[in-house]
Amino acid sequence: MINYIIRRILYAIPIAFGVSVVCFSLVYLAPGDPLQTILPSDASAETIALVKAAYGFDKPLPIQFLKWLGHVLTGDFGESIATRRPVILEVSGALYNTATLTTFAIPISFTMGYVMGAIAGCFPGRVLDRVITGTAVFGVSLPNYWFGIVLVIIFAVQLMALPATGMGGSGSADFNVFRWADARFLILPVITLSMVPIGVIARTTRAAVAEVLNQDFTITLRAKGLSEFAIVRHVLKNALPQVLAVMGLQFGYLMGGSILVETVFTWPGSGFLLSKAIINRDIPVLQGTILLLSLIFVTINLVVDLLQSVIDPRIRRN
Amino acid sequence: MSPTIITAPPSSHFEEQVAPALMVRGYWGNVLFRLRHDRVTVFFGFILLLIILAAIFAPLIAPFDPYKESVIGRLKPFGWRSHPLGTDELGRDLLTRLIYGGRISLLMGVVPVCIATLVGGTLGVIGGFGGKRVNTVIMRTMDVFYAFPSVLLAVAISGAMGGGIANGMIALSMVFTPAMCRIAETATTQIKNLDFVEAARATGAGTFTILRFHILGNVLGPVFIYASSLVSVGILLASGLSFLGLGVKPPTADWGLMLSTLRQSIYINPEICALPGVAIFITSISFNLVSDGIRAAMDVRM
Repeated sequence: MINYIIRRILYAIPIAFGVSVVCFSLVYLAPGDPLQTILPSDASAETIALVKAAYGFDKPLPIQFLKWLGHVLTGDFGESIATRRPVILEVSGALYNTATLTTFAIPISFTMGYVMGAIAGCFPGRVLDRVITGTAVFGVSLPNYWFGIVLVIIFAVQLMALPATGMGGSGSADFNVFRWADARFLILPVITLSMVPIGVIARTTRAAVAEVLNQDFTITLRAKGLSEFAIVRHVLKNALPQVLAVMGLQFGYLMGGSILVETVFTWPGSGFLLSKAIINRDIPVLQGTILLLSLIFVTINLVVDLLQSVIDPRIRRN
Repeated sequence: MSPTIITAPPSSHFEEQVAPALMVRGYWGNVLFRLRHDRVTVFFGFILLLIILAAIFAPLIAPFDPYKESVIGRLKPFGWRSHPLGTDELGRDLLTRLIYGGRISLLMGVVPVCIATLVGGTLGVIGGFGGKRVNTVIMRTMDVFYAFPSVLLAVAISGAMGGGIANGMIALSMVFTPAMCRIAETATTQIKNLDFVEAARATGAGTFTILRFHILGNVLGPVFIYASSLVSVGILLASGLSFLGLGVKPPTADWGLMLSTLRQSIYINPEICALPGVAIFITSISFNLVSDGIRAAMDVRM
């Protein structure tokens, strides 16, 4: 077990390294010179050379990368072009707000998706299964940013029951989820965010449960005289590792993919920060946000893999 | 695959009278038979066909000019002065723009999946069939791209490159390639170790012959099914990119972009503002259900 954990962690390191290489090269994907945004268009060749040296752009790429990596490892992601504040401050504040959304969206969507999928998988072909499978396809195909707009139209514009956007009068610094005046702002974004994961997880769980039910050992369980309830418990446990893998992916989707939902609700999280950075062509913020979010995603996947191997020892042997 | 003894006659009326168990068809005959008898798939396939045809023949069927603006006719409700779905924030006919918008949205959703299938599929087969070192290089590189949440990677690449249709399609292709590559690699490794490949090699078949006649045919199934399930994701992601302003530039009609500009007007005419999203949703759910139907008909476990 210890061996497996160490092997899996060692494996995550080159992945994290590769992720940082991709994030570093994002600057060079941008059209034109990376200094274009800083330099005036009529700058002389001397000034250009001077600024290049100051920013380290005159060095060969690998050296530039190592210097950048060194800064990143000490928490220095550079400075936002738009606000002139350190990127790390901008991103950490935004990540906190995104985390507020996901702490609610994850338990809701994961339990709902798993329960729905399990019920459908236990009764394949029955009416209940049809209803759940249909709902799940709905969730998977839903453009969630549009769904958010529809919710705003219904609950904020027509019924005027819930706030449309933002985090409330007190702003993000003073946001308190236990105060109803603030918590109201969470409801629509959390529902919007949960829809897609519910669909994806319900579909995966249904497939996994149905597959396990078809395996021979369930016949043995039934032959042994186990109650249906006990059989379902065995089946659910065997289906869990497969579902966990998808849950890990959905976790990453909720952290990083909330960009569209956060834009719809102008929720000042990491996704909203990203979409602002794109409009302002603020590459350091873009780079920093994406690097941090991806590293979180790599860590989540690592944790999921370890969890899977705890539940299902067969995984460790491969 | 069993040889075709009796192929299905072209008349479907005849088929209803013959018990299916008596018919012996080839594999593809069976797939087609199952598809045609799957009412959900047929229905959504028909809707999909309508959407695609509408996009192709947009200039012929659209009732108005998609760029004709009107100062007095802005954000008008359904049926206002022969505009069946009303007008947008610049007074342009919404139905016309929805029909034209399908062109960009379908293109941006489908083309990256095709590119990813070609590139990822090829890399996967090479990785699965090639030596250990080739496999490591290809698959570990793919793992790095796999380590990004998909929406994030698409936004990062097209955001850094500065948006636009071409950049968006490049970004989406890069998002889909690693997953495609994994599917192809898994399938190739599984088949490579089967006895009939060994037998082929023993009879003197070269690498190319084995790839062409024994591997490819067995890899294409899972690859094709996965690709068909990606199209719906592609449509959603592509519209999402346009929604963020990373797709086409105004005044070109595109569902994601229309949704993002109409969003400003939800307090004036909410029904109109939600329409482009309905188009995205119907297209994406149709692709999803057709793909589910194809998967069930081909009976390949993923």
